[in-house]
Amino acid sequence: MREKILTYLEKNSRIDLQELAIVLGEDVDRVTAEIKAMEDEHVICGYHTMINWEKTDVEQVIGLIEVNVTPQRGRGFDTIAERIYNYPEVNAVYLISGGFDLLVTIEGRSLREVSSFVSDKLSALEYVTGTKTNFVLKKYKDHGTIMTEKKKDERIQVMP
Amino acid sequence: MRNPLGQKVTDIKPSGIRKFFDVVSEMPEAISLGVGEPDFDTPWFVRDEGIYSLEKGRTFYTSNSGLKELKIAACDFLKRKYGLYYDYSSEIFITVGGSEAIDLAFRAMLDPGDEVLIPQPSYVSYLPCAYLAGGTPVPIELKVENEFRLTREELLAAITPKTKILVLPFPNNPTGAVMEQKDLDAIADVIIDNDLFVVTDEIYSELTYSENGHVSIAGMPGMKERTIYINGLSKSHAMTGWRIGYACGPKMIIEQMLKIHQFAIMCAPTTSQYAGVAALNDGDSDVDMMREEYNGRRRYLMHRFAEMGLPCFEPYGAFYAFPCIKEFGMTSEEFAVRLLEEEKVAVVPGTAFGDCGEGFLRISYAYSLEDLKEAFDRIERFISRLRNA
Repeated sequence: MREKILTYLEKNSRIDLQELAIVLGEDVDRVTAEIKAMEDEHVICGYHTMINWEKTDVEQVIGLIEVNVTPQRGRGFDTIAERIYNYPEVNAVYLISGGFDLLVTIEGRSLREVSSFVSDKLSALEYVTGTKTNFVLKKYKDHGTIMTEKKKDERIQVMP
Repeated sequence: MRNPLGQKVTDIKPSGIRKFFDVVSEMPEAISLGVGEPDFDTPWFVRDEGIYSLEKGRTFYTSNSGLKELKIAACDFLKRKYGLYYDYSSEIFITVGGSEAIDLAFRAMLDPGDEVLIPQPSYVSYLPCAYLAGGTPVPIELKVENEFRLTREELLAAITPKTKILVLPFPNNPTGAVMEQKDLDAIADVIIDNDLFVVTDEIYSELTYSENGHVSIAGMPGMKERTIYINGLSKSHAMTGWRIGYACGPKMIIEQMLKIHQFAIMCAPTTSQYAGVAALNDGDSDVDMMREEYNGRRRYLMHRFAEMGLPCFEPYGAFYAFPCIKEFGMTSEEFAVRLLEEEKVAVVPGTAFGDCGEGFLRISYAYSLEDLKEAFDRIERFISRLRNA
């Protein structure tokens, strides 16, 4: 049942629980309890909103920073990752296989804000040996959601 | 000038609900629950395969019977899903949608006077196609108390010495009814004893929600040799506009159907055939995802019907529900027109699928849950107004 609940919630976390229970063919109390349990176990880590900031007056700049670090004896990358992800400016941190070690996503109000975070804070961290900053020019799709206009139903309205 | 038209075509009555369709088309702002095709887009990898085939310049005819790869893919699919065994080289060919296969089956098998049993309510094309092929269509009225399944008694009562073909339209459009193993068991020996042939239209087979899944009559003992099995990609893989179907059956009949197909159609669209290969070989998980989604909506619909006290038997197939509106003392068409005018919700009157659809509506759930919710709020408002009037 968990997987089914998550499949629905991942697409629409605002779905009415009563409705979700009906759609899943389950008892609403069981569904509610299961969601609560998953929140407690941190299977469900939050309920966020997909926003297309381009359609608002808010300026937003996303930087994808490739970071090279020296892993620490006994702790690998975890400590250094923690020191990075604790900054509120940091939106996401991934440990990456390949040409660099950590991929850090930063959301800021301007290019300067993002670049000064990289130069003043990120690069200055002990164990960080190098960074490469990439700015996002356009977001096409995020979290499985295409950011363009909602598609119109082009089917013929009534068909036998 | 003499009459340019032939007798047969003019004999066919235009659909009685044409008027209703005209009203709907002038109301683009209405929420429609009247569509008979999936709301999902064709899976991207399938569309991509179509694009790729165009890039490679595969714009020529295929062989009349269709691409070998597609016939093999379809035979594998039928074996994997329903345990049906057909030889790709002689017992299957690719058609322009399931509709063409229906037409060809009748044209290949019927002589004047042969009767064709057509359970109703059912899809609109069986009756005119059987008639145009020279047969005599004989409707069998299915009953809501049997959940619109064909019973042994109904079949026995309809058989005459002239009966040649039984059409089996399950999972059913418009009722959502299915025939389970026990239902097929009950009619199989009647079919064999009376030496009937079966044209089974299983275009909705992948959209079956009952526990044991879909079963085909073609897989039962003694049935393969007297059955034309029709399926296609329209509903299962959300590929209506691609027009890919297929017909399977005994070589002797398939050969003759293919002869007509060769002269009338040449071959199914090449681009669509290439896309179809990808869909059948690699599309199982997409089909599962869509089925699961429809099933959730189906449960939601049944809940809403129960809540508003509108009687509706539980449909286990396709993406339609068929609620009864007899309590309101209106014809299906009157009800549908008023629902459209007063609440801007379009549904299809049951009578579009045969006279015995009177008193019922076909409601499609090939819509997002969000749309269904809004539409059902409106329907609920409408019927509570009728009840309080």
